[in-house]
Amino acid sequence: MSDQKLLKPGNPVGIVGYGAYVPRYRLPAKEVARIWTDGVGGLPVKEKAVAGIDEDVATMSIEAARNALARSDIDPDQLRAVWVGSESHPYAVKPTSTIVAEAIGAVPDVQAADWQFACKAGTEAMVAAIGFVGSGMAPYAMAIGMDIAQGKPGDALEYTAAAGGAAYLLGAAEESLAVINATYSYVTDTPDFWRRAYQKYPEHGQRFTGEPAYFAHITQAAKELMTAMGTTSDDYKYAVFHQPNAKFPQRAGKMLGFTSEQIEPGLLVPLIGNTYAGAAIIGLSAVLDIAEPGDRILLVSFGSGAGSDAFDIEITGAVDERRDRAPKTQDYIARRTEIDYATYSRYRGKLVMK
Amino acid sequence: MEIPRHWRLKQQRYKLVGEVCPHCEAKLFPPRDICPDCGGEAKQLYTFSGRGEVYSHTTVYDAPAGFEENAPYTVALVKLEEGPLVTAQLTDLGEQDVEIGTPVEMVTRRLRTDGDERGMLVYGYKFRPRLERVNQI
Ligand SMILES: [Zn+2]
Repeated sequence: MSDQKLLKPGNPVGIVGYGAYVPRYRLPAKEVARIWTDGVGGLPVKEKAVAGIDEDVATMSIEAARNALARSDIDPDQLRAVWVGSESHPYAVKPTSTIVAEAIGAVPDVQAADWQFACKAGTEAMVAAIGFVGSGMAPYAMAIGMDIAQGKPGDALEYTAAAGGAAYLLGAAEESLAVINATYSYVTDTPDFWRRAYQKYPEHGQRFTGEPAYFAHITQAAKELMTAMGTTSDDYKYAVFHQPNAKFPQRAGKMLGFTSEQIEPGLLVPLIGNTYAGAAIIGLSAVLDIAEPGDRILLVSFGSGAGSDAFDIEITGAVDERRDRAPKTQDYIARRTEIDYATYSRYRGKLVMK
Repeated sequence: MEIPRHWRLKQQRYKLVGEVCPHCEAKLFPPRDICPDCGGEAKQLYTFSGRGEVYSHTTVYDAPAGFEENAPYTVALVKLEEGPLVTAQLTDLGEQDVEIGTPVEMVTRRLRTDGDERGMLVYGYKFRPRLERVNQI
């Protein structure tokens, strides 16, 4: 029975509030190419979002979480979990989530933890939050996916490794602006990308990152979910996939029968880059900003190592009244200051000072 | 090392928690337990909206110890919507000019490191130009 593989809570759960965050600065891909390839070769994105000198995953998560709270009708002390998924937590040992929980006013009656699963740490936290709320253990839980991605200078990842993400406040379906009908997770041990302890930059399995990793996991997760739900690509108004570059999600979408009209509204990578743990779910926040009641959304994340979480989401009538209470994803994308490689090097601590 | 002080100040630093006077409703920041307006005791906590405008500003080129990494930066006296004046760094200016009256909003940012790269990270309020909301439906 295919539907036995679905992750479905006892009590229906949905998104009560959501919030995005993208920092102000942009590094054009052609500026990276100017430094490393003399401008020769194709570019995977137009530009990527770069965090300011005083930003990290804690500060960015705080802003996204405040936006999510603004779209809900709850007080922060009603949260029973604040979970932050990232591969760039500011401390090696000391939770990001306690800083975020303190800053949004969710302490002290709260579960706090940091999640790690490469680019799917954010959806991992969301699935856990569905369980937390759907079991009746907690009325509300905040799940965040946020990254300041690290690309080795000169590496292919430097063009795309970006900063940003989103926060999701999950609660009972009847209070939600979008109901999460079910999720499905597909995981194998696949060595496509990793960073060893004490190493500053990650390593990737070169061409190994495509077929056996990204495409296999995304398409398997999406197919299993749709089979179990009895849906096809036609049942979804929008589809959002993890987006390490512009090509991968477009091709994965096509393989699954989605049109570019379904994919484009949630495809932010050309303008902000790959925000890792934030990438799929900030695509979702851009879609929630424009979706209509009744619209159905397929969301599929991908984390190296490797795995995908697929979500079947349906918009409710509450969305219209709530989405204007906080800045839209596109508001953050429109706020844009272009920087050069030297400023980027300074902001991201790539200059050796001692 | 000022870990106990950082810990004690985290509420006011992370989210602008001040006080409100129960006698005359004056809002106090930073919290000082005695109302400057009426002299009464004011210990009731109050979280500020974070909205305000630039009252005056200056650019710091020669930063004090611990803030060198950020120099040059702009420091402003911000007049909060609720009344009090707060001194804070401005951030996310990009190419935006700062003027007296520029509307700003509070954000929580990394202020500095306590000591060297092994020290704790200190977070607190700064202000940035209010985010333009262009995509309202
Ligand atoms: Zn008073």
